[in-house]
Amino acid sequence: MMATTMTMSTGTPMLNDFLVRAALAAVGVAAAAAPLGCFVIWRRMAYFSDATAHAALLGVAIALTLQAPIFPTVLVVSLAAAVIVTQIAGREMASDTALGVIAHGALALGLVAVSLVDVRIDVDAFLFGDVLAVTRGDLGVIWLGAFAVVSLVVWRWSAWLLVVLSPDLARAQGLDPKREELILTLALAIVVAVAIQVVGALLIASLLIIPAAAARPWAKSPEWMATIAGGIGIASALGGLQVALWADTPAGPSIVVVAVFIFTISTLAATLRYGWGGSS
Amino acid sequence: MSALISIDGLRMTYGRDVVLSGVNLKVQPAEILTIVGPNGSGKSTLLRAIVGAEKPKAGRIERSPELRIGYVPQKMAVDTRLPLSVLRFLRLPNHSSSAAVAALKQVGAEAMVKRALADLSGGQLQRVMLARALLGAPNLLLLDEPTQGLDQPGSAALYKLIEGLRDDLGCAIMMVSHELHVVMSASDRVICLNGHVCCEGHPDVVASAPEYRALFGSGTGGALALYRHEHTHHHHDHDGDDHDHVHGHTHAE
Repeated sequence: MMATTMTMSTGTPMLNDFLVRAALAAVGVAAAAAPLGCFVIWRRMAYFSDATAHAALLGVAIALTLQAPIFPTVLVVSLAAAVIVTQIAGREMASDTALGVIAHGALALGLVAVSLVDVRIDVDAFLFGDVLAVTRGDLGVIWLGAFAVVSLVVWRWSAWLLVVLSPDLARAQGLDPKREELILTLALAIVVAVAIQVVGALLIASLLIIPAAAARPWAKSPEWMATIAGGIGIASALGGLQVALWADTPAGPSIVVVAVFIFTISTLAATLRYGWGGSS
Repeated sequence: MSALISIDGLRMTYGRDVVLSGVNLKVQPAEILTIVGPNGSGKSTLLRAIVGAEKPKAGRIERSPELRIGYVPQKMAVDTRLPLSVLRFLRLPNHSSSAAVAALKQVGAEAMVKRALADLSGGQLQRVMLARALLGAPNLLLLDEPTQGLDQPGSAALYKLIEGLRDDLGCAIMMVSHELHVVMSASDRVICLNGHVCCEGHPDVVASAPEYRALFGSGTGGALALYRHEHTHHHHDHDGDDHDHVHGHTHAE
């Protein structure tokens, strides 16, 4: 509905600004999420990122109750949830069952908590995102967060690669795997906090994983994989917004649909070129 | 020469489980020291404690000021989802390309330099790991089951390489192994571990120690014991050590 109104009146400068803000917000989040998503894939943290993202909804409920600003509250709650999950799920982060329980438990708890809050809010906006409602202030926070995430990834790049390969090897090199894990978790929590408005709590993990997975067949080095993933993330963000405008569909899910489309094309093309499973 | 590492009363735990207790051990420069012991006997934990990956619950690990460790961990998760060349791997986190290539040459794997890590065979990967361990010009190499997953000729070649490295670089080597028959002959000293040091000394001394027999002469160690006993049998044939022979057969069944 809203999108239709917009398409019809794209001419006015104010609404243009409106769209530009949405595009900038989506691009910022996608560009930060995609390189980080490579580590989510390499470290097999898909469920973990889901759990962190779902906990964001609980953060929203807490922010509304305390009448605190959403972004920092969600950041703190997601980070706390991620740290707790790390403790519960154990050192390997591979405990599928525990993570599954926590991921869905956090989502359900968040939904219940939001419904208990006195303030009447649109839960959909937090579940599926509301990128078209991004304000200038939001945009500033999103880009600041995105910049922080990309900086963390660049700064810790080699260390994280070594931790992915072997925590013991990293330790022998004088690194502290636990510390690196914590910084990675912090980056993840920042992505969650800035992405909730763009794609919503339910789809944040897809923004991390899908561009990175689509990039894999074409990357000969980890750096290239992150770069290509970033490009695919940005393309998905812009393409998804375009689709949302044309087809009057919700922006967040449309972005993810475009990312899945690119992933499918990429996988098919890689299969044609290298054969099944021959992606390296 | 003073010891590279002096371990005194080391105690390691995982939660409530005591993995190691009362371990005293010195590693001398340029010696090949092999640790044998059943699964779960704390072999890897001992190496990880020396590297600093696990903190001791009690006891001391004294490291010589000149100590430079090269470490090959027991397992490394090499996944096809991570596109990583051998060269890039060796350069992590900040080694130079020339040093990486030189290390590959030392282990006879210079042809691997551009290969993807995930495409390497078990033996190739172990050589690359060894090259990585050499990068810091170590005077102690810690190798956690360097020949796991290799066939017999493969592990024989790797042991030969390791011995050659000791001769060329003069570094001490401390390794964990299951292949008692090969390891025994290549080692200067063997430590038999089972939560504590059961026995230690020259390979022949350890092989005939009752504590060692008790560990490898029954249960899961049966197959290994067979190997060792056959070896002992060959070795001691001239001495007419019939007792050993009979012993081996008993356990083989």
